[in-house]
Amino acid sequence: MENQNIENIQFPKDLLDEVQRITSLFPEGKQKSALIRVLHIAQAHFGYLSAPVMDYVARLLLIQPIEVYEVATFYSMYDTQPVGKVKLEVCRTGPCMIEGAEKLVSYIENKLGIKDGETTEDGIFTLKTVECLGACGYAPMLQAGEKFHEHLTEEKVDVLIEQYRLNPVANYMGQE
Amino acid sequence: MSRKLLLNNVHVEGIHTYDVYRKNGGYAAVEKALKSMTPEEVVEEVKKSGLRGRGGAGFPTGMKWSFIAKPEGVPRHFLCNADESEPGTFKDRYLMEKIPHLLIEGMILSSFALGCEQSYIYIRGEYMYVLRILEKAIAEAYQNGWLGKNIKGSGFNLDLSVSPGAGAYICGEETAMIESLEGKRGNPRMKPPFPAIQGLWQRPTVVNNVETICAVVPIVNEGGEAYAGVGIGRSAGTKLISAGGNINKPGVYEIEMGITVEEFIYGDQYCGGIKNGKKLKACVPGGSSVPILPHYLVCKTAEGTDRLMSYESLAEGGFATGSMLGSGGFIVYDEDQCIVRNTWNFARFYHHESCGQCSPCREGTGWMEKVLHRLEYGHGKIEDIDLLWDIQRKIEGNTICPLGDAAAWPVAAAIRHFREEFEWHVKEPNACMTRNYGLVTEKIFEKVNA
Amino acid sequence: MSEQIQQIKVTIDDQTIMVDPGTSILSAARQIGGNVVPPAMCFYSSLKGSGGKCRTCLVEVSAGSEKDPRPMPKLVASCSTNVMDGMIVKNKTSDRVIDARKGVVELLLINHPLDCPVCDQAGECSLQDLAFEHGASHSRYEFERREFDQIDIGEYIKLHMTRCILCYRCVYIANQLTDNREHGVLKRGDASEIGTFIENSLDNDFIGNVIDVCPVGALTDKTFRFRSRVWYTKPMDASCSCGKCSGNAVVWMIGDEIARVTARKDKYGEVKEFICNDCRFNKKELSDWKIEGPRQIDRHSVISANHYEKAAPIHTPLLNKA
Repeated sequence: MENQNIENIQFPKDLLDEVQRITSLFPEGKQKSALIRVLHIAQAHFGYLSAPVMDYVARLLLIQPIEVYEVATFYSMYDTQPVGKVKLEVCRTGPCMIEGAEKLVSYIENKLGIKDGETTEDGIFTLKTVECLGACGYAPMLQAGEKFHEHLTEEKVDVLIEQYRLNPVANYMGQE
Repeated sequence: MSRKLLLNNVHVEGIHTYDVYRKNGGYAAVEKALKSMTPEEVVEEVKKSGLRGRGGAGFPTGMKWSFIAKPEGVPRHFLCNADESEPGTFKDRYLMEKIPHLLIEGMILSSFALGCEQSYIYIRGEYMYVLRILEKAIAEAYQNGWLGKNIKGSGFNLDLSVSPGAGAYICGEETAMIESLEGKRGNPRMKPPFPAIQGLWQRPTVVNNVETICAVVPIVNEGGEAYAGVGIGRSAGTKLISAGGNINKPGVYEIEMGITVEEFIYGDQYCGGIKNGKKLKACVPGGSSVPILPHYLVCKTAEGTDRLMSYESLAEGGFATGSMLGSGGFIVYDEDQCIVRNTWNFARFYHHESCGQCSPCREGTGWMEKVLHRLEYGHGKIEDIDLLWDIQRKIEGNTICPLGDAAAWPVAAAIRHFREEFEWHVKEPNACMTRNYGLVTEKIFEKVNA
Repeated sequence: MSEQIQQIKVTIDDQTIMVDPGTSILSAARQIGGNVVPPAMCFYSSLKGSGGKCRTCLVEVSAGSEKDPRPMPKLVASCSTNVMDGMIVKNKTSDRVIDARKGVVELLLINHPLDCPVCDQAGECSLQDLAFEHGASHSRYEFERREFDQIDIGEYIKLHMTRCILCYRCVYIANQLTDNREHGVLKRGDASEIGTFIENSLDNDFIGNVIDVCPVGALTDKTFRFRSRVWYTKPMDASCSCGKCSGNAVVWMIGDEIARVTARKDKYGEVKEFICNDCRFNKKELSDWKIEGPRQIDRHSVISANHYEKAAPIHTPLLNKA
């Protein structure tokens, strides 16, 4: 994933098929509608959205690179800078705050030795505070990859950090 | 006992699968509509039902549907807004995760009613796992002939798919959602033209919330009149409430509109009362953007009557003493919570989520966050409170889309009802860092004479 | 000729005018002219999609139309709201409008560097004019202002993002005049910025027009940068034969030298004929141009303050007695 040379930016066959499938969900000439989802796929595959990755996506969808940059920098889920293999995204909005999200963030910061927005030296974890993820009744919570971890306690955080440390990639894409 | 129209089968084992959903009466409404109803009749039933948009605005759904333009030869689109992002709200996620086929059934009915053959569910990117659940359910629906060409021999064609966002609250605004679905930044559009005339790809488009669309299923099954008979007055039907905060039983509840707020907060079948035996301090009844109510205006109106869980009753008293049902994101605060901190937290949220397109919201949300931060951390000045009031006033009503209002209202309401707590933060900067203010004293409101 | 368009009536600040259906309130106000005209920082007649963003042109509609005379509850953006027959609009006569506009100006200025003394746009800046008319004498904003690095986007254009008010005009013009837009709005909220993401030079033949449509000093002409205060230059209508554009421009002179070249703007600062980069950046010799005579500048520049007589010959000293 480290190699961001433009020649090496290429989706494998299965992902190209997936891009094809997503594009076909929209009428002809409206393939730009696939952009947001294709960027999710690109980010999961290449680790983050570097300029060459975005240029590649622009070529796939037959749009201008600036159209991709504009979108990639607008939405908060996209990373245009390298991040760890596992992003721990802790919700800090309203209901999560009153259920102790701030303490949870401090706990993770101390445990991993990083601050909000930073990545551990081993490149495994990035800690990121995010706004409401729609889990207000199950607070506090964090999202890792696609997975929601809810009703968190310090003990539960210990366990899941250990799990992700042992198997970061598989869990990153994991689902319940 | 409250009636359930959406969640009646939610606890049936395997209800997320096609077979179990079908066995429990699923797709009967589509069968009925395709066999025995015209699209206009479906629209008529929805009008009769009195169903109002469940995403927050509460606009009558049937009326919204009747606005759609039908120019010859131009495709129309029906879109589901599953960009649920209003802090306090998590009901759509629950519906989609537990009973995905209910949404699909509602999508088929609505698309049929509006004559749309290509419909999309726009879901927030963070709900990617829910998107996968929906895609699986959609594939099942195709396999069983409920989607695709000539559905069940009716001649009606429908393609349905799901498209994600990627982290932007603003995409819950329908024109921003349309922009996002076109693969662009989520900048709301100037209105007019409204989506019903020029929406997705400039074609006539209707956008409805997940819960609204699901409600079309019982409406078609039981008839609009039967639905209108549930609930109270113009608050017809049931509403999903996402309950969170300092309560014993947070979660998603389907209520018949018209039960009292008191029953909802303290009743055992709902929130089960305030956690740890604490006292109620405040409540945000409809998602972070609606005005916060102090404890003495939560269960009773300023008139002293029982406040009900309905569009009208929660709004009674206007913004002076009332709030809004909004999206049904019900956040309860106990006596230990700090209103200044909570207001700062919400202001940070809106600052983070402003698209930046129009100047009052782009510049004003950040300014409010900074002033609130200063107040919360004991560096505020007494003039800051009036300054905040003035900034929110200059944002409200002056922006392209309702995000400006959504950012302004919580600040205005907090100052309106909790000014003394804000003042205390200025006067007691050390105390405010170590303890909370507690309950505010009740203000006496002049009775409005008829 | 038999089909005549049925004109409709609109009243703005007690002045009534008949306009074509589909006319915006702002455009109707401009047809009346004078004080009735709301300010506009982002709207630009010829740029499709522009308008609605800056909120400085908000007006009050006190009667929606003859048929439905109810007032509109919110102030509306006059640039993107069309008039209806019998509509009554209040601009300067509405306290609500004046108050809201003052608020918008304050918000536009909280992160503006206020570096007018060293800004090339000073003297012909829409924000400066707006602040003069509606701004407060001091700011209530006590926090650090947002700052961006200055960057060169190409050989001739300087982007000073800190001054930008995000009107999007430069984005729309690139969409409209060039084939492949290379710059756009990046990030969001108050972190939004105009940029190319990766260092990129904008070198389309017409990209120089972003300078002319920029209402503030965010996009400036590097060939003119810091050469002179604009009010010490003398604008002359000039033309040349150009294969790419009409060749109709304004040359801004210091003595016998051409200090800069711009397109011709109308009294609302709008360009009707966009010029090419060649004319703008490379034709700086008097011999490149046929000088037609002094340029009448109506409103959008300090030059409008009659610093020279209309019929003055080319070589008169700059500051004539008025």
